[in-house]
Order: sequence, then structure tokens, then C-alpha cells
Amino acid sequence: MTRADHRADHRADHRVDHRAGTEPGVTPSPALPGRTGRTDRSPARRPARGRTSLLGRVAPPVLVVLLLLVVWQWTVTALDVRPQVLPSPLRVVEQGWAFRDVLWANTVPTLQVTGVGFAVSLAVGWVLAVVVDFSPWLRRALVPLLVASQTLPIIAIAPLMIIWFGFGLLPKVLVIALVTFFPIAVGLIEGFSRADPEASNLLRSMGGGRWAEFRYVRLPGALPSFFTALRIAITYAVTGAIFAEYVGARAGLGIYMAQQKNSFRTDLVLAAVAVAALVSVALFGLTYLVERVVAPWIRRTRS
Amino acid sequence: MTLLKITVDGVELAFGDLPVLDGVSFDVAPGEFVSILGPSGCGKSTLFGVLAGLVAPFRGRVLVDGAPAGRETFGYMPQKDLLFPWRTVLDNTTLGLEVGGMRRREARERARELFGPFGLVGFEKSRPAELSGGMRQRAALLRTVVQDREVLLLDEPFGALDSLTRTAMQEWLEDVRGRFGWTVLLITHDIREAVFLSDRVLVLSPRPAHVAREVRIDLPRPREVGVLTDPAFAAAEAELLDTLRGGTRL
Ligand SMILES: Nc1ncnc2c1ncn2[C@@H]1O[C@H](COP(=O)(O)OP(=O)(O)O)[C@@H](O)[C@H]1O
Ligand SMILES: [Mg+2]
Repeated sequence: MTRADHRADHRADHRVDHRAGTEPGVTPSPALPGRTGRTDRSPARRPARGRTSLLGRVAPPVLVVLLLLVVWQWTVTALDVRPQVLPSPLRVVEQGWAFRDVLWANTVPTLQVTGVGFAVSLAVGWVLAVVVDFSPWLRRALVPLLVASQTLPIIAIAPLMIIWFGFGLLPKVLVIALVTFFPIAVGLIEGFSRADPEASNLLRSMGGGRWAEFRYVRLPGALPSFFTALRIAITYAVTGAIFAEYVGARAGLGIYMAQQKNSFRTDLVLAAVAVAALVSVALFGLTYLVERVVAPWIRRTRS
Repeated sequence: MTLLKITVDGVELAFGDLPVLDGVSFDVAPGEFVSILGPSGCGKSTLFGVLAGLVAPFRGRVLVDGAPAGRETFGYMPQKDLLFPWRTVLDNTTLGLEVGGMRRREARERARELFGPFGLVGFEKSRPAELSGGMRQRAALLRTVVQDREVLLLDEPFGALDSLTRTAMQEWLEDVRGRFGWTVLLITHDIREAVFLSDRVLVLSPRPAHVAREVRIDLPRPREVGVLTDPAFAAAEAELLDTLRGGTRL
């Protein structure tokens, strides 16, 4: 018999055994796996308390916010605070609604800048993290630089960017990328290196090289920490965009806030702040949606 | 069934200043089931690393029918099951085939054929976390077996299971091994398991390890629970226990 024959035999065996194994009543041994399979299925059941309903998760923060707003409204009314100093929440809502067209017109550019800036940041973060993961030398060279980049005082850099690159998209994209690529890159780098060394041994025993290890182990294994980093980064992104606009822009929530502040429309500043907060929360929620589409297993293993 | 004879010849290895393997030599005949017993930390897993081609030994050779063994000779099942939460059970079992370059569809077809004998039918689309300990081990074993390598290297596959499940798994392994005719090298710390499953048991010395003793188990196959009361079983068990005790006293 040649080696090939032997392999063919193996496969034939598999097929025969498969049929025998699945046929009900054909039980070659008392330790039959089929039976164990059914009896020890219980660990599969998940406790119901692991998951709170959407309402259960949304209601508490909403209640707290409402409570704070009531206190605020009551204080402003009771102490008769001037609206230029602190408008009541009702006034903010009322004026925000009255100026909804302007607010919306300034929200769109902010969203655009955030989107482009964050896309750049994601690309930079991924490229850096993958490069660093494949090359120990580049890891040693780049990681300290990444950390150093975070000590740059944005407050000083952002106005310079306007001087260098004008009032267009570029300076804002750069500011957003600068404040958000770091958590993404670090989250990924740490996620990659969290891979079990034994898993890399397993891959190598299967004949895989470094690329296979990355593709089958390190990359998927890094996704949970990537999504955590993504959530941190996305909240920085909106703040970064508003900051960049505040320094100088043609339109956007940031420059709108600056203008309204200068004309003592505190109510409209706060209305713009509220819009920015809503955008942040929405983007934050979006990351969960993306996670559920890209890596649904994360949620299941987390609970 | 298997046609190739494995020879491990004088394998030596150290991690830095720590000598771990000190001239380990033994043979495995085609179709044979050989267990490896030894005090913990003596170098059993390291020996498997050498066989699987993960670490190069300082000295000594691993031969397959006289020629140096390649990585594709051994199917390696590590001590941890290493089932990935991001893959379904079926896709975990096809990992080795996919890494080897097989198309996903074909790989799934091949692996699916084994779900019957491995008692995993109906769990193809489940996630590993939904499996019990015994099922996880069978899935990990399936992932190893489906690669169709000459020799299976099983590193304490049942070590983490409760004793009832472990006994059931031992009987199951005895049964499927007989049907498929695998050649198996098994690391275990359970003497009874070694005797029940093996044709031969190798006892390693404390680190640095060499083969201190070899015990042939001449019990008829297929073996069932009844064999546990066989005098020959008890004798082999006693002999192994004695050797291991002597080893730890050193
Ligand atoms: N990659 C490694 N680097 C350094 N020391 C190691 C490595 N792997 C194992 N060792 C050491 O080698 C010895 C044998 O380990 P191992 O083969 O895992 O023992 P066991 O017989 O329990 O499987 C232990 O002392 C362990 O600490
Ligand atoms: Mg070990």
C-alpha cells in the first residue's frame, strides 16, 4: 500500500463511521459522544440577567439628565439669573428650535469634518498598528513617537494649523486625526499582542507562517480591544472637530459657538453644545451597531 | 493502518541554562498508541514541541521511516483547546485545512463528515462557549484529526475535565481510535488513562527528561470498562506508579 492509498482508506473510514455514528440506535460504546453531547448541553444556556433590555439601559441616564434639567430650570427661575449668564434649559430648547435651520446648517459641516478626520485617523491607526505588529524594530522606533505625539498641546497647534493650511478641511482633519489615532493605534497594538502564544504554536504546527498567525489569530483577537478604543476615539473626534472649528472655520458648530458667545447668545451656545452632545452619543451608539455587524461574537463572549 | 514508523533519537534541548530534554529516544510503530507519563515540568510538552517542529532540538533527530520528519507528519493538539470565539465550532475545526490552503467549502465538507463520530452533530454553527468541556475537547481533537497527519500528538487532552466526563472521553477515544486506526502519542498525568488507552507507556525521568522506563500493555482490544478489573491492568498500573514514585524520590 502506498501512502496515498492509506489516506484514501482513511477518508473511506470516515464516511462509514459517520453514518454509523449518526444513525439512531447504533451505539458502539456506552461512552457514546452523542449522549454526552446531549446531557452536558446545559452550559449552553445563558442566564437571563446577563442582558438588560434597551429600555433598562437607556432609562437611568435619561432620568438623571431630566432631574438635572429640572434643578437647573428651577434654580435659574428662583434666582432670576440673567439669560446672558445662564439661560434656563427651556429657553435653550426654545431658541434652539427657533434657530434650527442655522444649527442644522452648522451641524452638517461638523459631521463632514468629523467623518473625514476619523476616517483618516482609522487608516493611520490601523497602518501603524499592523506595521508595528510585524516589525519589532519599528515597534521600538515608533511607539515612543506615538506617545510623544500625544503631548503636543492641541491648543497651541490648532491655530498654527490654520496659519499653515488655511480655513479649509485639512487643518481640521489633522487636528481630529491627531487626537483620535492614538487610542486606536494603541488599542490595536495591545489587542494584537494579547494573542495567546500557544495559538501561534498551533498555527505553526498547521503549517502557517507569521501572516497566517496574524490573519487567523491576532487580527480577530484584537477586535474587542479595537472596538473599545473606537468608542473612546469617536467621542474625542467630535470634540476635536468643534475645537478645530472654534479656532477658525467658515461654518460648523465650533465656529457657530464662538460667534454666538461673542454676541452674548449663551442660549444658542448651549443649544449648539446640546447638538454636539447628541451627535457624540449617536456616533458612540453607532460603534455598537458596527461591532454587532463586524464581530457579533464579541457581545456574546462579553456577557 | 498507518505505514510510517516514527523514530525519536537522542533529542536534547535546553531553555537557556535550563536543560529540559536529555537524550529522549523511542520508536512509535504504525497504528500504535503510546502514552507519555512523567512528573509535571519534566519536559513532556516541550518534547511535543520538538516533534511538531515548533522548537529545534540542540541534538538528536526525529525520523519518519528513516528520513527527517517534516512539520506535516504530526497533528498537534495543545494542552489548551484554543477554540477561537470568533469562529463557529465547524469553522474552528477547519482551521488547519484552511491554513493549509484548502478552499473553505471543501474544508467544511471534510470536517462535517467527522461531526457524527465526534458527537458534535447539531453544534456546527454554535460558538465554542456554548460547548461543554468534553465537547470542546472533541472539537479540538476533530480539528487535529481532520488534517489527516500521520501521528496525533495529544497533550493532556482530558486533563481539565471532571472525572466522569474524563472516563467517558477515554472510552470514546478508545472506540474511535480503533475504528480510524490512528497512530497516537498521548501525554497524560493519569496512570489509569495511560494503561487503559495504550499499547505502550513511556515514563520520563524528572527534568532533564529521558525515557526512564517503558511498559508494554498487553490487554486485548477493543477495551471497555471491564478491563479495569483485569489483573494485568492492575499490574501495569502498579508498575507505572512505582516507577513514577521512584522518579520523584530522586
Ligand atoms: N518557551 C520556554 N522558555 C523557557 N522555559 C520553558 C519554555 N517552555 C517550557 N519551559 C520550561 O521547561 C520545563 C518543561 O516544561 P514542559 O515541557 O511544559 O513540562 P511538562 O512536562 O509539564 O509538559 C519547565 O520547567 C518550563 O518552565
Ligand atoms: Mg505540559
